[in-house]
Amino acid sequence: MMRRTLAVAVKEVLQLRRDWRTALALVGMPVVLLLIYGFALSFDVRHVRLAVVDADGSRAAREVERAFVHSGYFDLVHRGEDSRIVDSLLDSGRAQAALVIPAGHAAALAASRPSAVQLVLDGSDAQTAATVLAYARQIVAAVSPPPRRPPSAGSAAARPLVWYNPDLASSRFLVPGLVAFILMVTTVIATALAVVREKERGSWESLRATPLGALELLAGKTLPYLVLAAAAAAGALLLAHVLFQVPLRGSPLWLALVTLLFLLGGLGWGVFLSTLADTQQVAFQAALFTTMLPTLLLSGFIFPISSMPPLIQAITHLVPARYFLIALRGIVLKGTGPEVWGADMIGLAVFAVAVLALATVRTVRSL
Amino acid sequence: MTAAPAPLLAARGLSVRYRDAQALASLDLTVTASEVVGLIGPDGAGKTSALRVLAGLMEANGGQVTAFGEPVWQRRRVLHHRLGYLAQRFALYGDLTVDENVQFFALLYGVRRWREKRDELLHRVGLAPFRRRLAEHLSGGMKQKLALACTLIHDPEVLILDEPTTGVDPVTRRELWRLLGELVAEGLALLVATPYLDEAARCSRVLLLYAGRVLAEGHPAALAKLLPGRVVRVEGGERAAVAAALAGRPAIRDVAVFGAAVHARLETTAADAAAEVAAALAAAGLHGLEVREIAPSLEDTFLYLTARRTGAPSPEAA
Repeated sequence: MMRRTLAVAVKEVLQLRRDWRTALALVGMPVVLLLIYGFALSFDVRHVRLAVVDADGSRAAREVERAFVHSGYFDLVHRGEDSRIVDSLLDSGRAQAALVIPAGHAAALAASRPSAVQLVLDGSDAQTAATVLAYARQIVAAVSPPPRRPPSAGSAAARPLVWYNPDLASSRFLVPGLVAFILMVTTVIATALAVVREKERGSWESLRATPLGALELLAGKTLPYLVLAAAAAAGALLLAHVLFQVPLRGSPLWLALVTLLFLLGGLGWGVFLSTLADTQQVAFQAALFTTMLPTLLLSGFIFPISSMPPLIQAITHLVPARYFLIALRGIVLKGTGPEVWGADMIGLAVFAVAVLALATVRTVRSL
Repeated sequence: MTAAPAPLLAARGLSVRYRDAQALASLDLTVTASEVVGLIGPDGAGKTSALRVLAGLMEANGGQVTAFGEPVWQRRRVLHHRLGYLAQRFALYGDLTVDENVQFFALLYGVRRWREKRDELLHRVGLAPFRRRLAEHLSGGMKQKLALACTLIHDPEVLILDEPTTGVDPVTRRELWRLLGELVAEGLALLVATPYLDEAARCSRVLLLYAGRVLAEGHPAALAKLLPGRVVRVEGGERAAVAAALAGRPAIRDVAVFGAAVHARLETTAADAAAEVAAALAAAGLHGLEVREIAPSLEDTFLYLTARRTGAPSPEAA
C-alpha cells in the first residue's frame, strides 16, 4: 500500500518539477490574489463626496460642517447657500451626500430649541448610504450640545462596546474569508485535472494493468498537492497577518490543523470531480462552478448565514468554507479553542473523508 | 498427446457486450507455457476486447476467464504481478524521461533491485543511449520499445500485446519481433493481436477472429490448408480487367485482389488449375501475364473464411 502510494507521489513530483510553472502558480497564486483583492475588498467607507449647503452662514453652522469634513470620511466637493443645487449634484453623482443646514440654525440653538440638520443621501448604493448615515449620526451627536433636560429616571440606554475588532475594520472580518475563498478555488483546481489527465493521455490503461489500487492512486496523487497547498496557505495567512493586520490570538497549532483539514477537503473535492469528468476542460469548469459562487455566497464570507432562508442555510452545510471560516475567525480574531469551534473542525474532517471516499469508490470501478 | 499442460491463460465462452454492440460472442482461448498465440482479424473483430479481459483490464459480460487457474477480474490486483500488458496506443508519461517511466512501473510492481533490472532491459531494447530523454520526444518505434520495457520490468510469465507493431517502421518491427522471439526462447508466453498476417505466421497458434467469433484456429501452416481448392496467382496487367475476366468462369470459385496480383480459387477437381486460368484470360483477350499455381497462404484462407461468413461473393472482387 505505502510503496505504491509513494511510487505515484514520486511520479507526480517528477511531473510537477518538469511543469514547474504550474507548481509555482499553485503556491504563488493565493498570495498574489490576496495582495490584489485584499486591498480592494473593504466595507469601510471613506472619501464620500459631500456637498454642503449652508443657508444659515453662522459660526454654529460652520462648526457642523467642520465636524463632517474633519471626521476623515468625507471629501468636500461643493459648498453653497442654495439648496436647489442638491438635486443636480446627486443626480450627476458629483456628490453622494448633501448636508443642508437651514437658515435660523444658530438662532434656534441660542433659544435652546432643537434645529434639524438635513442630510440627503444617494441611496442607490444602500450599503454605502447606511454606513454614511451611521457616521453622520455620530458626528451630529458629537457637535450637538448635551440635552439640558436630564433623562427621565428609569430609561434604558445602549452603550456599545465592540470586542475583538474595536474599530470595526472590515478587513479583519473579510481577509480571513478571502483566504478561505482563494485556497478553496486553488486546491480544487489543483487536483481536478489529476485523474482525468491520465485518462485523456491514455496512461490510465497502463495503470489498470498494474497492481495499483484506487486508494493508493488517489492518495499518491493528493499528497504532493497537499504539501504545495500547505505552503500556499502558510504564505496567504502570513500575508494577511503582516499586511492586513489580521491578528493571531489563538493557537498556531490548531490553526495549522484546521487549515490542513480544509485543504484536504478541497483537494479531495477536486479529485472527486476528476473521477467524474471525461475531459480536463469539463473538470476545470466543474471545479470553478462548484467553488467560486458557493464559497463566496454560502460560506458566511460576506453574507451572514443566520439571515438566509432556512433552505439556503441547510445548503451551506455542504460548503466546507463555512466550517473553516468559523474556526479560522475564532482562532485568529477571538483566540478561541476547539471547545467553541470543535463541531466545525469535525465538519471539515467529515467533508474531507466523504469526498475522498466517494472518489475512491468512483475509481475502484474504473481502475 | 498425453495430459495437456495446464494453461496459463484460459477463456471459456467469453463474451463482451458494449452498449450498442456485441464485441465478443462465446470465445474459447487458451495460452500454455512458451506458446505464441496470435489473434488476427480486421478492426472491430473483438481482438482488443479479448485481450483487455484476459489482462484483467475489464470485466467480461459472460464466460469464465482465468489466469494461472484463478479468476482474472476478481484476482486482478494479484495476477497483475504475473501478467504483462502492452496497450495498442502509447500509454506512458510523455513528460517523464525513459528512466523515470521504467522506474515508476518498477516501484508500482515492487520490483527488487530494480535499478539493475532497468539498466539491463533498456540496454536490451536498445534505449540505453536515450535514458534521459523525455518519452514524448521519442520516435514511434522507440516509444513502443520503452512501453515494452515497462511491461517487462516485473518479469511477467505471460505477455499480452495489442497490435505492438501498428504504426512502427519495418526495421523496428523486425527488431521487436527478434526481441519477442528471444523472450519466448527464455520461457515467456505471448498472446498477441495483430492485423498483419505475416506476423501471424510467427505464432505457434493462430485464432482467426471475425465479428466477435472465432472462424478458425490452429497452426498458421495448418490453417492455410483449410482452404478448399487450389489457388492460382496472376501477376501483371490491369487487376480489374483480370478479375473481371476470371469472375464468370464456372471452375473458378472466387477471385481476390492481393496487392499487385490477383488470386483465383478453383475447385480441387480441376486437372490443371493454372491452364484453366490461362484459358480464361486468353478468352478475354488478356495475354503475357504470369500465371502460376501457389500454395494457399494464411491470407487466402482468412479472406475466404470471412467472405463466407459475410455472404459476400468475394472480398475485394472487382
